[in-house]
Amino acid sequence: MYPGDAHIVGIYEHPVRKAEGISLAQLHADVARGALEDAGLSVSDVDGYFCGADAPGIGALTMAQYMGLRLRYTDSTETGGSSYIGHVHHAALAIAAGKCNVALITCADNQVASRKFIGLGGVDWRGAPEQPFEDGYLMGPPALYGMVAQRHMYEFGTTSEQLAWVKVAASHHAQHNPNALLRNVVTVDEVLASPYVAAPLRRLDCCVMSDGGGAIVLARPEIASSLARPKVRLRGAGEAVKHNAGGKVDLSYSAGRQSGTAAFAEAGITPADIRYVSLYDSFTITVIMQLEDLGFCAKGEGGRFVADGNLISGSGRLPFNTDGGGLCNNHPGNRGGITKVLEAVRQLRGEAHPAVQVADCSLALAHGTGGSLAGYHGSATAILERV
Amino acid sequence: MTAAVQLPSAPEIWPEAVPYWQGAADGVLMLMRCLACEEHYVHPRPFCPHCGSNRTEWREAQGSGTIYTFTITERAPVFKVPAMVELAEGPIMMTAIVDCEPAEVKIGQPVMVSFCPTDGGAPLPVFRPA
Ligand SMILES: [Zn+2]
Repeated sequence: MYPGDAHIVGIYEHPVRKAEGISLAQLHADVARGALEDAGLSVSDVDGYFCGADAPGIGALTMAQYMGLRLRYTDSTETGGSSYIGHVHHAALAIAAGKCNVALITCADNQVASRKFIGLGGVDWRGAPEQPFEDGYLMGPPALYGMVAQRHMYEFGTTSEQLAWVKVAASHHAQHNPNALLRNVVTVDEVLASPYVAAPLRRLDCCVMSDGGGAIVLARPEIASSLARPKVRLRGAGEAVKHNAGGKVDLSYSAGRQSGTAAFAEAGITPADIRYVSLYDSFTITVIMQLEDLGFCAKGEGGRFVADGNLISGSGRLPFNTDGGGLCNNHPGNRGGITKVLEAVRQLRGEAHPAVQVADCSLALAHGTGGSLAGYHGSATAILERV
Repeated sequence: MTAAVQLPSAPEIWPEAVPYWQGAADGVLMLMRCLACEEHYVHPRPFCPHCGSNRTEWREAQGSGTIYTFTITERAPVFKVPAMVELAEGPIMMTAIVDCEPAEVKIGQPVMVSFCPTDGGAPLPVFRPA
């Protein structure tokens, strides 16, 4: 089996950011329809379906009935916000193995409109054995990432200014995205002037909270060739899980180190070949850690790498999250993995906004970190190629 | 000075963790240790996450350690300084630093265990500057 035997043929991102009057199931169906229309396929073509815990009910079964899917392959892998990048990997493997021909992946959430604020969309933490030993000390995810940022500063001399450059770059891109929640360009000083949420992280170091979602359709190469859309194939992928290892904690790196190594090995390329990256940006520190772990710079050099606008498309050395990312555009269900794939596909198709389109974008990487960098998390890396 | 502004909610007590919370009620930090590989570990479970052995025992921890990392959450209703502390026995555990000026907390700082009452349940182990 080789994941390159599958192509991404359809993508869709829901424009809604606060989903008033739309059920969770309908959001999933809306994004599915959008991605299938983009591909030139219909619901009747889908025989594989992939979803995370954000899908209602029993996930694949519930949504198969609601959408009228006739399935011979399902996968409800749940690795937090990185789930959908893993789904791309799994869908490609299933297609290559002949287990399905057309794979549909959906992600959606409406917890902002429903004012539930349950955190990671669809996940019930009751019964998680670590909760009594962690939850009572913390006020949500920012505290966990604040601890990661504090340690990174201690070990590597990373500064608040360097963290701020990640947000500045995202805001430069978001100004061109009419659907982005935050479209105003911000400066390093403006980021530094925003109040602390979980020091050293400030409000503008944190992603937005939004509703919405997205969908991806993959198909066999023969089907992809029959469609009118530009072809994007999965060239390499990797996944890994990291946790607290019984207390042998090392917050200096993420599971991206393993998933990235695996993806680059499978793709047969190096980070220097990548023209565009979609990086999970739950917080600015997340981006810096991932750049290091994926090998775009040495461990500890992430802060210096992102400084001075080096992530800004057109002027920086490695354009990232040209849709504005989770920091400015959207973060449905606190699950940013799907939009990372969507913008990478737009870049490879040449369909990103002209102001942020990377010239001759032939190879792109989408990477997600789901769960918590300070606790357990699943990393997923996908290297995508225009063919 | 930093103390809990309101009581944290009572922790849920899993059967395998009863000695941990009983110890906390008695003012002692309890740790599990593997008899096969001789490593201590968190969180409590009746087998070793390092080597898989089910030959384990409960031990009283010294209660001392150093701050591995921390954050300052001024607006948090309970703990202003969530942290991870590296215990003298080795494991790094999630906790909070209390009885301190948040601005003076530093990575590497020696700390000692203390216990914070909860809302009707077992107390939570926290740490204060040694
Ligand atoms: Zn052991």
